[in-house]
Amino acid sequence: MNNLSSTERSTAPASPLLSVKQLRVDLPVAKGTLHAVRGIDFHVERGEMLCLVGESGCGKSMTSLALMGLLPRKAQVNADCLNFDGVDLLTVPERERSNLRGARMAMIFQEPMTALNPAYTLGNQLCEALRRHQQVSRKAAHDRALYLLKRVGISAAEERMRQYPHQLSGGLRQRVMIAMALMCEPDLIIADEPTTALDVTIQAQILHLLRDLQQEFGTAVIFITHDLGVVARIADRVAVMYAGEVIETASAQALFQAPSHPYTQGLLRCIPTPGKTLPGSRLQAIPGVVPNLVEKVDGCAFCNRCDQAAELCRTTPPLQTVADGHLSRCHFAHQLSNPAQLNAQEVTL
Amino acid sequence: MWAFVFKRTLIALSVALTISVLCFSLLQLSGDLALSIGGPEATAEQVEQIRIEYGLDRPVIEQFTTWIWGAVQLDFGRSYYYQSEVMDLVVERLPVTMTLGMLALAIALGVSIPLGVVAALKRGSWIDRAAMAIAVTGQAMPNFWFGLTLIILFAVKLQWFPAAGSDSWQGFVLPAIALGYYATPAMMRLTRSGMLEVLEADYIRTARAKGLRTGTVIFKHALRNAVIPVVALAAVELGFMLGGSVVIETVFSLRGLGQLAWNAISRNDYPVVQAIVLIIALFYIVLTLIADILNAVLDPRLRAR
Repeated sequence: MNNLSSTERSTAPASPLLSVKQLRVDLPVAKGTLHAVRGIDFHVERGEMLCLVGESGCGKSMTSLALMGLLPRKAQVNADCLNFDGVDLLTVPERERSNLRGARMAMIFQEPMTALNPAYTLGNQLCEALRRHQQVSRKAAHDRALYLLKRVGISAAEERMRQYPHQLSGGLRQRVMIAMALMCEPDLIIADEPTTALDVTIQAQILHLLRDLQQEFGTAVIFITHDLGVVARIADRVAVMYAGEVIETASAQALFQAPSHPYTQGLLRCIPTPGKTLPGSRLQAIPGVVPNLVEKVDGCAFCNRCDQAAELCRTTPPLQTVADGHLSRCHFAHQLSNPAQLNAQEVTL
Repeated sequence: MWAFVFKRTLIALSVALTISVLCFSLLQLSGDLALSIGGPEATAEQVEQIRIEYGLDRPVIEQFTTWIWGAVQLDFGRSYYYQSEVMDLVVERLPVTMTLGMLALAIALGVSIPLGVVAALKRGSWIDRAAMAIAVTGQAMPNFWFGLTLIILFAVKLQWFPAAGSDSWQGFVLPAIALGYYATPAMMRLTRSGMLEVLEADYIRTARAKGLRTGTVIFKHALRNAVIPVVALAAVELGFMLGGSVVIETVFSLRGLGQLAWNAISRNDYPVVQAIVLIIALFYIVLTLIADILNAVLDPRLRAR
């Protein structure tokens, strides 16, 4: 899906909208320091949909909060490069950072039920974002909010503007959050599991909506999810995270056709496919547990769960280029990248 | 919203009726009124005469209906001691108590909310600990003792304010501080814990993600939600302060309702005691009603119920 545009973009020489090199996030915890994000590299091109995939605790939410500058003050963020359209996010003063936030980079959160302030009307909460960043009249802000509410598929938008969050269902609230993120026409939207808390039917609607809006407005989106089914539907490119590292990056097409890391392969095997997975058969799972990130991780973080682990895996694997734009953090990436059994179509089902 | 107000008003009225029954029966239960009015010297005939004069020989139900019917028309009968209408006594002293109560509430709110907010924002800092120390001392100190301390310090030693009397506004400063300080700790701690909880809320993260200024995040988004329980508490505290003014008015010799109540109790002036108990209870009910309505104004989720 959409692979034409994504390959075009990946060969474009222009500098990416966001580039992240060796991002580390450390959090002090009771027993020491939690290395939540352990030196990750990725970039986001203008207008593309990058999916950040991984199981809970792999550092994907920490990454998004670090990009937004919303981590708790005690968290330590380090990186070789954290560049957003020419702005160095590591050194920019907080004042200028808050000028970017909401204006040029916006965020959609996982829990629509609690992400809106119960004490204010939706209109109030929509307009304040715009009026904080742009010198616009009340009327202009109101019109913009109304237009976006209609655009995200909310009927009786004029009436909704006067309503409070508790008067809306979860799906509607998430649409409001999307409209809110779009208020200032940001270049980048970070969506942190925006469909996880919703019913399956609503999930599909919200996914379509996000994909449509992303293409209509040309906004780049970092879509964070643990659901590979979602990835298959919407992603241009994918970065798979495991234990605070990005272990594989590729275009969505390449990732599903030739996964080149045992973890990615394991994840793909875990998805039950209707018609192929026999009724009553055991669902696939990856054995073992994620390493404790408070302790130092030596060698490959996945090696104790990997069925192909060898002596070599006790040393830290470098990022290997499997194909153009396809990187894998596995010693055996080249051997693994043979055409896999799974393909994207099956997963989309 | 109006349905909510109507419902709350009905509830308040039924509470008021219950209170009036209770406050009437408490005095009936406190022994033979005619005997205590007459005093230890009175003869049996005199006691009997008092009984008839004050209508104490009538059935209890009749006494109650007479009293409550009068009370509805703001007629609480005559004082045994002052030989004047109870209502006149109350009207004369009510402004003093109300001024004191409102002033004390203003001081309590003015100190507790800013202090609670700062303590929450600078959690664990010296200012948080200082606020906590103030709270603990405030809760541990009896207010009559604190009132006396204020008199010694500011009236006797420094002579900034008069030690007694309600003739000028200066006379209200020390008693209002003494009374307000008593209500401050609970409200400050509630503000602090409310702020700490709200600051962790998802919608605060959303507000920050919109790039809103710190002031907007704290005051518009956090404080508005954190003060909701404080409003309810403030109403209850004001009720306590009106009741607590019995002690403070005596300490500072303010001619208010509290002092009147105190004198009436020591002189067995039952109509006055009954009237004041009922009036303070009614204030309490009205304040709770106002707090409920204010809560609904602040928290739109309550309006639907």
